[in-house]
Amino acid sequence: MTSTKKDPVLVVFQLTGGNDYLNTVIPYSNPLYRDNRPVVGIAEDRVIPIDDKIGFHPEMAPLKHVYDRGDMAIIHGVGYANSPRSHFRSMDIWHTCEPEKLGTEGWLGRATRDIDPNKENVLTTVSFGPSLFRALALPGVPVAVVDDLDNYGLLPGISGEQRTKVLDRFARMYSPAIGSSAVMDYMGQTGLDTLEGADILKEAPRMYSSDVEYPDTPIAKKLKGIAQVHMANFGTRIFYVDHGSFDSHSNQTGMHDKLWHDVSHGLAAFLDDLKEHGVDDNVVVLAFTEFGRRTHDNGSGTDHGAGGAAFMFGSGVKGGQYSEFPSMAEKDLEQGDVVPNYDYRGLYTTILEDWMGLDAKPLVGATYEKLGMLS
Amino acid sequence: MGDQDIALMAHLMRRAGFGATREELEARAAKGYEATVEELLNPEDQPTLDRNEMMRYHPWTWRPGTLPGMGAAEWLHDMINTRRPLEEKMTLFWHGIFATGVSKVDHYDDVMDMIVKFREKGMGDFRELLVEMAKDPAMIYWLDNCENHADAVNENWGRELLELFSMGVGNYTEVDVRECSRAFTGWTIEPKLPRGPIGRHDWFFEYRPEDHDDTEKTFLGHSGNFNGEDIVRIISEHPACAGFIARHLYNFFVADEAQVPAWSVTPPNDPEAVETLANALRENGYDMRATLRVLFNSDFFKNARFARLKNPTEVVVGTLRMVGGAEFPAPGIGDLSRQPSYMGQDLLNPPSVEGWHTGAEWINSGSLMRRVNFTAELVGDVSRPGIRDMVDRLEARGVRTAAEAVDGCLDLMGPLEVTGESRDELIGFISEGGDFAWGTTEDVASSTRRVSELLQLIVSLREYQYA
Repeated sequence: MTSTKKDPVLVVFQLTGGNDYLNTVIPYSNPLYRDNRPVVGIAEDRVIPIDDKIGFHPEMAPLKHVYDRGDMAIIHGVGYANSPRSHFRSMDIWHTCEPEKLGTEGWLGRATRDIDPNKENVLTTVSFGPSLFRALALPGVPVAVVDDLDNYGLLPGISGEQRTKVLDRFARMYSPAIGSSAVMDYMGQTGLDTLEGADILKEAPRMYSSDVEYPDTPIAKKLKGIAQVHMANFGTRIFYVDHGSFDSHSNQTGMHDKLWHDVSHGLAAFLDDLKEHGVDDNVVVLAFTEFGRRTHDNGSGTDHGAGGAAFMFGSGVKGGQYSEFPSMAEKDLEQGDVVPNYDYRGLYTTILEDWMGLDAKPLVGATYEKLGMLS
Repeated sequence: MGDQDIALMAHLMRRAGFGATREELEARAAKGYEATVEELLNPEDQPTLDRNEMMRYHPWTWRPGTLPGMGAAEWLHDMINTRRPLEEKMTLFWHGIFATGVSKVDHYDDVMDMIVKFREKGMGDFRELLVEMAKDPAMIYWLDNCENHADAVNENWGRELLELFSMGVGNYTEVDVRECSRAFTGWTIEPKLPRGPIGRHDWFFEYRPEDHDDTEKTFLGHSGNFNGEDIVRIISEHPACAGFIARHLYNFFVADEAQVPAWSVTPPNDPEAVETLANALRENGYDMRATLRVLFNSDFFKNARFARLKNPTEVVVGTLRMVGGAEFPAPGIGDLSRQPSYMGQDLLNPPSVEGWHTGAEWINSGSLMRRVNFTAELVGDVSRPGIRDMVDRLEARGVRTAAEAVDGCLDLMGPLEVTGESRDELIGFISEGGDFAWGTTEDVASSTRRVSELLQLIVSLREYQYA
């Protein structure tokens, strides 16, 4: 990679809880859709058509604009064989690339190690969420976990001059001392790294200004945080964020509308923001969920299913539809669910190799068929 | 009573429980060390918590099924408020060894059922607990023993039983793994119904004689038509078994050891202490209570103050017990119960069957920040009864200079042992405000605020991460 070329950046957006594929990318002209969705089905005149077969959920208008300008890819029927239909297990499978056994290492933790093997940057990977997602977990690989960028760092409850004094003491208390034990030394270094990461990160909002107005929603706030850190050029290569819960067993209609309203407006603002600042060309977003939902609704919502849709966004993405919409014919369903026809590890491989420039096989476990949206 | 009695009692309560307030330490020290050990070893003499209280305010904490993130709320509340601290500590100990998680089991209820078993049997005969675990539905599913058939052996449970639950690598052969697994064929769960819309049906243990390999096996040099119980008996008679459990006890209660996978190639830090515990297990028929009595009364335990890093649960529960105010299950208990997971210990969902790696492996930049911020917020809240009590005691002692304030706070928070450099920094920090005064209401308010600031810096110390 030449020095003039910017390093590629990946934003992973987790739609937690199992997003209903069939009501997100709606096969509106398929009579089987009507038959299967007597209650939660979306009327044809409300669907935002993409072509004569499928259309977006009515709340996805902002993303339709992104799609129309060629910056959004839909990946149909993503998943893996024998869906356990369990949130915990399925999310674990997505996070660790281990459908057969319990995995402990996250695929992005491994990617972080490959990107920054000597741990030169404490901000190579930044997660916006209260906890460390298993996708990012790998012993010895540091990941900065940010709840709220405006209130980030050590001892955020202390403010003003007092905070400066406290953090100054903290740095001195964690500094190397003669005759200290190995564990004390390790904790000391970790504490100083933490302070350094926090010091750098908290500058991001101050360095940022934008004409783009983000909606006042929790997910938009997190996406804005990602934009701020990206624009601050701290060398962050992987961002992680989640939103949910998409677990729409009951009263799906209002709930799913609100979720996609917030996601669509937040994401569109984020992409606009990057574009306005001319820093969009090296960022792609992957949005995924742990499974799609049951083909037939349950009278109020939809239950856990198998195959789902994933999405990619960004000016580096070749927009359009990839893979095939799985058959909804009764004979083709498994336990009432549309069957995945594209392995999620192929999508990971596409991103890791064609975008991040990494060798994907050791990170996802085997060789998988790639898609063309990043080549 | 001397300062050393309090310091030793504080050490005992940090290890055999989750710490104690100064008031509790003084009462226990007055009774004496050995009497306190006996009280801890006999939890049935102390009252249990009122189960109805949680049911009344947070009914979802009871059998939370598949609600992500909600599983450990009741358990955490128990740990904070229990009158039987060692019982809960042993429950956490066994959860770390028989590490079973919802990432596969997919139901908090089944894993919580295990927790209840640890509470009930965790201080009894280890061999009984081992048989109980072999029959536990969550364990059977977690390690695929429901796929272990007479005509198609699955070795997952059989292997982990030997490797992680009883003996450790290097004490058995691959043939032993195979023979052990054969003896557990037919130990399965019912019903194996598919999951329903939002969860699944409770499982029950079932022994199916028709699916059990009813022929001769040769295991660890013994031959016979063994069933699962025979395997547990033979394991318990093997010299490695007591040593393995003893090393776990040492690592959890005394001082940090190497990680479990390294045990076959790394000798214990204190082989004599581990052998003492192993002998206690052997001589007392694997009675955990008798073994813990030996442990807590030993010199190697008493001399191991601050020799291990707190696990996240100890950080969260220990600090809450110190500051008080968490007796009532207030709103926000769900977030509270997730705090250990933010620090790397997702209760009821360990990363793998190997359990959590301990010691320095708890610490990374994210988890350290979580530890510091969570504890600093708690000790900065001067409305907490435990903080008010500390301030009152400092006032009663007539604390005046910065050095007196620092020494007083370190004493009341443990006593906590810190390096000379750390103490100097604390004094330097707090001396900027001059001497402490308690004469007027304003003086008390100002001194209270300064004490809480000092406490915030103390919990930020590396030394506070040690138990």
